[in-house]
Amino acid sequence: MIQTFRERRSLRIAGLMGPGAFWLVVFFLIPLLIMAVISFLSRDQFGFPAPPFTLQNYQDIVKDIRFNPSISLEGGLTVRLFDGLYLELFWRSIWLSLVSTIITLLIAFPVALFMSRLSRRYRNLALFLVMIPFWTNFLVRTYALQFILRGNGPINTLLRALGLEPLDLLFTPTAVMIGLVYGNLPFMILPLYTSLEKFDWTMIEAANDLGANTLRAFQRVMLPLISPGLVAGSILTFVPAIGSYITVELMGGGRTNMIGYAIAQQFSASVNWPFGSAMSLLMMIIVTIAAVLYFRSGRGEQRAVL
Amino acid sequence: MPYRFRIITSVASPVFERNRGRQFSIPEAGALSDFAVEMRDVSKVFGDVVAVDHVSMGIRQKEFFALLGPSGCGKTTSLRMIAGFERPTSGEIYIDGKAMGSTPPFHRNVNTVFQSYALFPHMTVEQNVGFGLEMKGVSRSEIVRRVGEALELVRLPQLAKRYPRQMSGGQQQRVALARALVNRPKVLLLDEPLGALDAKLRKEMQIELKTLQREVGITFVFVTHDQEEALTMSDRIAVFSKGKVLQIGTPLEIYERPTTRFVADFIGETNFLEGKVKEVNGEFARVVVNGDRSFVGRAMEGVRPGIDATVSVRPEKVQLIEQPDGSPNCYEVQVHSIAYVGSDTRVLVLLGSNQLGVWEQNTVSTLDPNYFFKPGEKAWLTFRPENALVLAQ
Repeated sequence: MIQTFRERRSLRIAGLMGPGAFWLVVFFLIPLLIMAVISFLSRDQFGFPAPPFTLQNYQDIVKDIRFNPSISLEGGLTVRLFDGLYLELFWRSIWLSLVSTIITLLIAFPVALFMSRLSRRYRNLALFLVMIPFWTNFLVRTYALQFILRGNGPINTLLRALGLEPLDLLFTPTAVMIGLVYGNLPFMILPLYTSLEKFDWTMIEAANDLGANTLRAFQRVMLPLISPGLVAGSILTFVPAIGSYITVELMGGGRTNMIGYAIAQQFSASVNWPFGSAMSLLMMIIVTIAAVLYFRSGRGEQRAVL
Repeated sequence: MPYRFRIITSVASPVFERNRGRQFSIPEAGALSDFAVEMRDVSKVFGDVVAVDHVSMGIRQKEFFALLGPSGCGKTTSLRMIAGFERPTSGEIYIDGKAMGSTPPFHRNVNTVFQSYALFPHMTVEQNVGFGLEMKGVSRSEIVRRVGEALELVRLPQLAKRYPRQMSGGQQQRVALARALVNRPKVLLLDEPLGALDAKLRKEMQIELKTLQREVGITFVFVTHDQEEALTMSDRIAVFSKGKVLQIGTPLEIYERPTTRFVADFIGETNFLEGKVKEVNGEFARVVVNGDRSFVGRAMEGVRPGIDATVSVRPEKVQLIEQPDGSPNCYEVQVHSIAYVGSDTRVLVLLGSNQLGVWEQNTVSTLDPNYFFKPGEKAWLTFRPENALVLAQ
């Protein structure tokens, strides 16, 4: 009896997991392996992958990294220890994504908090409003953003009407930042909202009752308890930001290069699949390590008391 | 500041003027801290709902004080105002003689045991219990020592490293108690703390809480809708209804001398006979019920000849006998139904259009079914005038 029950159970699990597993293996795992293999191949005369196997692609990424300490005041205080084209590209991508994640978080938190405090009816309406942008293609929305930011767009028209100097926004790092924050906002709001909606506000009263003022109650009780939403939202924002292509292309006009954009170019304009694959794989490894560290820190925060 | 001084200065104050003539009593001269908590003419309005309506009461030092009433009567709102989670719309709350005004909860020397316990799920038991001390900046070694003592007090020292979700409801309840008591508050506020426990554990905790309160010598203010719980545990009870305090008194006073029909009805079981007061003779009043029968009971406040009144008599204070005994409250009745509940037999009798409950204690051990009255039988109902109350309506 027990035996058959167990057998049936494993069968049921296989049945439930099957379709998803099939999809992931065929359309994610196998392509990933192919990409890993390509990253160790050379390129033929047309730029497509071909034997022999080589480490050249990885060497190309790291070869121009030199120890070259420097301090500059350009764009705020910058302290550099190393120098290198691709190092800078990776670093800029991580930095821009990090800043965009923080800005997204700062904007999303009050919105999610407000939503979670609404009555049930208005809560659903608010959720609906947050999800409305998904009904329009992201590319179209980015073109709309381009229109808003450009020289004779609404923002600058308004500034001129007020007698102010127009801003040169489009095709700047600021425009890329605006685009990233705009595109990722719902992905931050939704997980945060889910955590905040479940949050028991009696916890804050209990903390206040035990002598914690509002800030301390937030730090010690609310933050750890909503950290799942915080971590999920941050990862859902940071990871797409680092690999973003459309935003970098349309908002930055290719002038603010980020790693996702550089990789895309290897597969199109530069026709260097092996080098593009190597960059992709390296980026994946870096992002995975960053995500794991972040998850760990979130868990640690919940425990680090007394 | 001595209390006498405050009385003198407050004579001219608007608060005093406003409260003059209202039914709160100014305590006899003595130390200011006669009352651990005092509510003076406190109201709380939410939108167009008056949750607490001009409540005044003084809770004495080291008293076990219950706020009792049905749900929505204002007892929890009153507790939350004492804790500082809600601010009174009008009136003032004093804790240990100091007016609280808009003092936030984290600056009040009171602690709360929440109905849901509200333990921090991401902290262990000792972290939960130590939280209040940590917020006060107590040194780590002192925290460890006092947390140990507090867990000892609630008999849970072995669970210090557990998380709340790994414990039973009863254990969580004790942790919530320890977390509040470790701060040595002036007043401990308990919001239906036993509500989530099963009946047996509840009885145990009632006794334990009472013992604990004596041991630590802290004023307990306890919110409950369970009248038996309030009677068992409290030194004094305030009975709430619709935002007002109807009566404050010891369990004995509340049960034996309720001043209103609501209190008589809410606390324990009781029989009501409605009628008109015919005469008042000293301590006693005669009420004519349904035009033909009259009953005599203790005349309570406001009972005058000619007014509508209710005779209230507890079922255990009524007897069924075979022959009339000459009492002014003796009438022939018909037995409607009987329920044997072990310690006593609960008989429902019909007296004209009135139904009355009679609880007879089973003082004799017998298997003879003829010992008990049977439905349809005639009997004489009687109770002594001093065991019944005449309440003005």
